[in-house]
Amino acid sequence: MALLTLAEALRRHVPDGACVALEGFTHLIPFAAGHELIRQGRRNLHLVRMTPDLLYDQMIGMGCARKLTFSWGGNPGVGSLHRLRDAVEHGWPGPLELDEHSHAGMAAAYCAGAARLPFGTLRGYLGTDLPGVNPAIRSVTCPYTGEALATVPALNPDVTILHAQRADRRGNVAIHGIVGAAREAALAARTLVVTVEELVDELGPAMNGIVLPHWVVSAVAHCPGGAYPSYAQGHYARDNAFYQRWDAIARERDGFTAWMRRHVLESPDHRAFLASLREAA
Amino acid sequence: MSAYTRDEMMTIAAARMLWDGCVCFVGIGLPSAACNLARLTHAPEIVLIYESGTIGTRPEVLPLSIGDGELAETAACVVPLPEVFSHYLQAGRVDVGFLGAAQIDRHGNLNSTVIGPYDKPSTRLPGAGGAPEIASHARQTYVVMKATPRSFVERLAFRTSAGYLGGHGERAASGARGDGPRAVITDFGVLAPAPESEELTLTALYADASVGEARAAVGWPLAVVSQIERIAPPTAIELDTLRALHARTASAHQRPVELPL
Repeated sequence: MALLTLAEALRRHVPDGACVALEGFTHLIPFAAGHELIRQGRRNLHLVRMTPDLLYDQMIGMGCARKLTFSWGGNPGVGSLHRLRDAVEHGWPGPLELDEHSHAGMAAAYCAGAARLPFGTLRGYLGTDLPGVNPAIRSVTCPYTGEALATVPALNPDVTILHAQRADRRGNVAIHGIVGAAREAALAARTLVVTVEELVDELGPAMNGIVLPHWVVSAVAHCPGGAYPSYAQGHYARDNAFYQRWDAIARERDGFTAWMRRHVLESPDHRAFLASLREAA
Repeated sequence: MSAYTRDEMMTIAAARMLWDGCVCFVGIGLPSAACNLARLTHAPEIVLIYESGTIGTRPEVLPLSIGDGELAETAACVVPLPEVFSHYLQAGRVDVGFLGAAQIDRHGNLNSTVIGPYDKPSTRLPGAGGAPEIASHARQTYVVMKATPRSFVERLAFRTSAGYLGGHGERAASGARGDGPRAVITDFGVLAPAPESEELTLTALYADASVGEARAAVGWPLAVVSQIERIAPPTAIELDTLRALHARTASAHQRPVELPL
């Protein structure tokens, strides 16, 4: 484990063309890391996330992605992800290949990946058209019962990036609150990069909270506020008003590009991004 | 009692279908409002599960997203997402799943994926999320959708989630564990599957709705039961509780969040 700046961690671990999962289910979405990948001009990424959310809307609209593995691509409670839709419907700013699943299917794919099994099984995709458009969704006959079960190939991202509440100086990472598939995505990856709200000398006893031990973590970057406008339980709340405003910001290409230039590209880091939002408020 | 909107009537009709103690897999939007209304009125012991992994949650305000902190803070427990889908939903521990979609057909099959061809869609919709497996595994599902001829269609552009497939027992033969969509709650009343054909049939109307209105809103020739039930208008308690919940929610979602600087 190396303690790095976010910019250095991503330069070192995320090359163009990599398969990258920035996970976190509503909670702890690693916005600071995604913005830094946009600033560094990363291209041809295969992005993996159950719920692409605003972060992948931004990365897709800024031309970082060639492929998306996902299971639900909307702005929760608000509506469409306009940049994702524009890429799929009109190929802007470039074509986007889709690898589409259900939540249960994608969760099974992460679990298989974490266990280094070749595929995951579930009673899933029954009576749906998804296997017809995604040839990776197949089936297997159970050797014990003869039942046909759906299968999904294991997901093993080159890099998984998470945001967490705390890490200690050895790189043990603690997460609490809604964890989504963060643990499975972390252990499925070849390389794990984590941004954290707090660096502490020692983590308290975790009991049933989730800890990723230092020897599965490649790099930790201290990045307070790194999940905003998503949230970090115990630190700051989800900015639901921002999620609602995003609908208008991202609706048109020009408005989106201008917003990203002003707040992300012209801000040297996440702190400056947050400061630029305060200035605009 | 004051006048009420059809949105309010739909939410209240959906809430009335939930019973005390039932285990309910909740979606965002109207289902979340209905489930919490049930919890705040006649079903205080209802168990609400959101797919973010929050189990037995009792939110004070409705979440905007399925993973708002409010859900975790008021939950009996928070489990990883793969566990919600495998150990709870797939394991048959959910009584009622709520679903919505962009399109539904006469057998309760749902589309939330695309309008137009998959590779070149005219409208790309959000996609499946938890729906296919909720549709398959919940002991029963309730679908909540406003009806127009563009949403209640003869033929789906894409089948994201299975209802009764082609009807006449095809669903049961497919291996689906749950009983499928037992009710479709719309803005004019309720459709339910006919016993043999499993075709969605008009069974109940709101007090101020008509069969003609229902037929005009549905894009297939709508079958109607001979004795249509009339759904009672909202009670003052239902309406007051729902409006207070929405007011708390709107104010919470607009509350400025201090930037974590």
